[in-house]
Amino acid sequence: MNLTLKIWRQKDASSKGQMVDYKVTEISEHMSFLEMMDVLNEQLVNSGEEPVAFDHDCREGICGMCSMYINGEAHGPDRGVTTCQLHMRMFKDGDTITIEPFRAAAFPVLKDLVVDRSSFDRIQHAGGYISVNTSGNTQDANAIPISKHAADEAMDAATCIGCGACVATCKNSSAMLFVGAKVSQYALLPQGQVEAADRVQNMVAQMDLEGFGNCTNTGACEVECPKGISLDNIARMNRELIKSSI
Amino acid sequence: MALNSKVPKGPIKDKWTDYKNHIDLVNPANKRNIDIIVVGTGLAGGSASATLAELGYNVKAFAYQDSPRRAHSIAAQGGINAAKNYQGDGDSVYRLFYDTVKGGDYRSREANVYRLAEVSANIIDQCVAQGVPFARDYGGLLDNRSFGGVLVSRTFYAKGQTGQQLLLGAYSAMNRQIARGKIEMFNRHEMLDVVIVDGKARGIIARNSITGEIERHSAHAVVIASGGYGNVFFLSTNAMGSNVSAGWKIHKKGAFFANPCYTQIHPTCIPRSGDYQSKLTLMSESLRNDGRIWVPKNMEDVLAIREGRKKPTDLSEEERDYYLERRYPAFGNLVPRDVASRAAKERCDAGYGVNATGEAVYLDFASAITRYGTEQAKIQNISNPSDAKIYELGQKIVEAKYGNLFQMYEKIVDENPYETPMMIYPAVHYTMGGVWVDYNLMTTVPGLYCIGEANFSDHGANRLGASALMQGLADGYFVLPYTIGDYLSDDIRTGKISTDSAEFDQAEKDVKERLEFFVTNKGQHSVDYYHKKLGKIMWEKCGMSRNAQGLKEAMEEIKALRLDFWKNVSVPGNANELNTELEKAGRVADFIELGELFAKDALTREESCGGHFREESAEESGPQKGEAKRNDKDFAFVSAWEYKGEPADAVLHKEELEFNDIELKQRSYK
Amino acid sequence: MSGFFKSSIGRKVAMALSAFFLMFFLLQHLSINILSVFSPELFNEVSHFMGTNPVVQFALQPVLIFAVVFHFVMGFALELKNKKAQGVAYAKNNGAANSTWFSRNMVLSGITILAFIILHFIDFWFPEINTKFIQGDWSGLHNGELRYFHELQEKFVNPIRVVAYVVAFVFLGLHLAHGFTSAFQSVGGTAGRKKTLQTIGKAYSVIIPLGFIFVAVYHFLTNNH
Repeated sequence: MNLTLKIWRQKDASSKGQMVDYKVTEISEHMSFLEMMDVLNEQLVNSGEEPVAFDHDCREGICGMCSMYINGEAHGPDRGVTTCQLHMRMFKDGDTITIEPFRAAAFPVLKDLVVDRSSFDRIQHAGGYISVNTSGNTQDANAIPISKHAADEAMDAATCIGCGACVATCKNSSAMLFVGAKVSQYALLPQGQVEAADRVQNMVAQMDLEGFGNCTNTGACEVECPKGISLDNIARMNRELIKSSI
Repeated sequence: MALNSKVPKGPIKDKWTDYKNHIDLVNPANKRNIDIIVVGTGLAGGSASATLAELGYNVKAFAYQDSPRRAHSIAAQGGINAAKNYQGDGDSVYRLFYDTVKGGDYRSREANVYRLAEVSANIIDQCVAQGVPFARDYGGLLDNRSFGGVLVSRTFYAKGQTGQQLLLGAYSAMNRQIARGKIEMFNRHEMLDVVIVDGKARGIIARNSITGEIERHSAHAVVIASGGYGNVFFLSTNAMGSNVSAGWKIHKKGAFFANPCYTQIHPTCIPRSGDYQSKLTLMSESLRNDGRIWVPKNMEDVLAIREGRKKPTDLSEEERDYYLERRYPAFGNLVPRDVASRAAKERCDAGYGVNATGEAVYLDFASAITRYGTEQAKIQNISNPSDAKIYELGQKIVEAKYGNLFQMYEKIVDENPYETPMMIYPAVHYTMGGVWVDYNLMTTVPGLYCIGEANFSDHGANRLGASALMQGLADGYFVLPYTIGDYLSDDIRTGKISTDSAEFDQAEKDVKERLEFFVTNKGQHSVDYYHKKLGKIMWEKCGMSRNAQGLKEAMEEIKALRLDFWKNVSVPGNANELNTELEKAGRVADFIELGELFAKDALTREESCGGHFREESAEESGPQKGEAKRNDKDFAFVSAWEYKGEPADAVLHKEELEFNDIELKQRSYK
Repeated sequence: MSGFFKSSIGRKVAMALSAFFLMFFLLQHLSINILSVFSPELFNEVSHFMGTNPVVQFALQPVLIFAVVFHFVMGFALELKNKKAQGVAYAKNNGAANSTWFSRNMVLSGITILAFIILHFIDFWFPEINTKFIQGDWSGLHNGELRYFHELQEKFVNPIRVVAYVVAFVFLGLHLAHGFTSAFQSVGGTAGRKKTLQTIGKAYSVIIPLGFIFVAVYHFLTNNH
């Protein structure tokens, strides 16, 4: 199929960017979206132009590195997938596809479609861990039984890949689904409860400091999340914060 | 230079404990004055960084991704082995040790593997304490599954995302130390060279991928944890950015490179669909428990299927060749990874591949669905069930077992695997070879360590399922933090290492010249053009089966490719900005050199073992005719290569392997 | 605790608490209004009680006014902060793919409701204040009988006002359709019982505005005969 691409080009963080039109031809419907981008880039390199910079790594939907806003949706129109798992069969011959970087004040653009998501890391530094040293003498893994239900729920929260689609999608650029998932994972497990109060306070404070917006519960993040992280995690974080403040 | 593996004396089960009791330690006050650089933040690098920082060292960690959490360890699906014996099925440290050495086709170092098995249980304890949500049973205790041809259930798992959860555990431990200021994290930085001062590793040159700035970083020791080099084949299940550069740079500065030809080719991956393909996706090995592998018996049917005139379901049982069941009646579809992969290649090379590229075989669940359906009909007391009913009942069982994999397959291929057989083909998955290290995980350069998939260590010539995660975390959490102290205890009076030295000047100059070459060279081919060419040579001549003739050709062709690359490669943009083509150019340059050494290593090893199959070394007669033939008399050694200016000039050093606790046996699956 | 209401989540909780109070207020307001349909006498008595009871007048009324003002001011403040958090706008954004229009436009439905409240104050609240606090007439009597039902009937003679009320209630419905569950989500009450709350929220956001519309239209139709 032949496609027109409208892509955000921006030289670096301090430059102004704009949308630029490109044409790609003979795109197979079996290609992944990023393979289509590879075709475009090969075309650009061969004509001596700079290729479009975009983040990507594992290309199997787990590393969370890829991050495009395609036709008005994070990771494009398909559900439950990252951009690298989006396939061209979702599009039709002759389509025009708009490709933009994830937008949020806390995710500044570094170049073209590459954004800086280190704000997520800094939120994790503020409390996204359990304070346990490596010694080889921690208690036996089966010493504390954990109900299957709690373990499964913690696992569902832990599935977050930190891609930032929730922030990109949110009309308020709120990071609460991301932070809620981490807070929930630890709040659901007995190991995490010792530090639960400090954790939620510190992570929320850092989230606010980074300039993320405020959740208005539209639920868009849950729909666009490639890993189906539930809004329940935000509710749980709210509860944890209230509990820890009283 | 003679290789000294520094394996401690004494009985195998006491070696590690005794050794730990006698090595030198650095006191806490002195640890504060010692810097360590860790390159790579996957399971090995992440866990090492966190643990070293907990101990009190100042750690500088480097990742080319935008966060440590994105390292490719995250993609491991299946699980992690540990000799916990929670299932009471007779597992023990010795059994895990034995299975790993045997699985590696007797080409690994006994003492290392035993230590790995010993610390495996600690890993699970540590990860649970960190909040890793392993699967649990209804009693709230940890669940296990069985994996890849071993006789016990010792694999711990977190859904199909075990690697992700373990990495996030290590990442959380790192976060705690980053918050304390004990780890300084350098995201989006790529190591471009190691700096050796007075014979010791004292720092690295790194490039900031955002600004293009070249930075000097000094330390008292350098740890390389940069993963495997499967991308030398261009197509593999590795991440797009996975590369050999850190390992290759240290090789060129004196670290020996061991067994580069040991590559694991995984039999159940989704086949390539065209030339645009950028990477391959693995499907869990567990599918072979219920799927039957076949290709058409007749060439007319192959052509009819490729042209779309026939569907695979149109072929009767008589028209199908279940080649694994035919060749290996005892193990059938459950032969080990290397055997299954070679058999698929053999059929496809003979022209029986079932997709447009000619590189795919069927993995068919129809029999399993019928079998489960009939069973269910009996259980549910349905008399004379219709075929449709049987199919419906059976499909439910298959869905419960493999639903997520079937869904993933359908997303990628757009075919419903319940209705038509899946297509699979082998793909490069893991590299057992890597930088040579001694028992301390130190390379042949003092103060330079290598851990995780990047070293050659524990898997011999073939890795067992669920062992990669175990090794990465064992190295990082429980081995390196001890052994590195023994070396650093001599460095407590050294003080801060200056980056203002002739050695740093030289290294930085070399790095800058190379980058400058790439962006100014007026070539006509993209970096990917060369990478794809290299991949094709590697796959055809150094892939699943190898012969002397092909390997010699490969060496010639790769050398020619290298010369052409340095003349005609084209890299747009500048060196002082985010430039993904420039990053790729450096990596591919190193892959090309490694490829040549790879072929040379494969040529030298005139035996078949594990993932390395030499066509000249096959059984010539008897029931094992055509199968891999290992040669313990002449090749029970580790090939450690010393760099001498050109990959082809590398000098071989042999580390003889001694097996005192395990008897060497030939593998048979007939 | 003082830090709590400065945090993003704390502010949302404050929004939710004022919303709970307002939602309770709506429920009781509608209950009284409905009485006017069935029994003018009862309506007059309850209205007189509400209009003269010191607890209602001097405790609940100021809280209500504070809640209304707070809900609006905080709502706008958060909207502005959220706009800032967004940075550069997308060239193409397909919001409809993942969320409802009314959940994304609470501030619009909020402004409509604000406009309605001003109208409503001019219609009922200012005259009440005038009668009671300026003229000092706390009897509730007009021509010897309780005046409330009569005043109500008079207001719904004008069709333009009736239409304005109906439109405002539709927007109130949209605001509640998202606001009800959203408030519970903000205080962490939804984890595990989202379905139930969504069902109650849907019912609430339909019944409350329909009830008000019914009262307005009923009086318009019955009074013009």
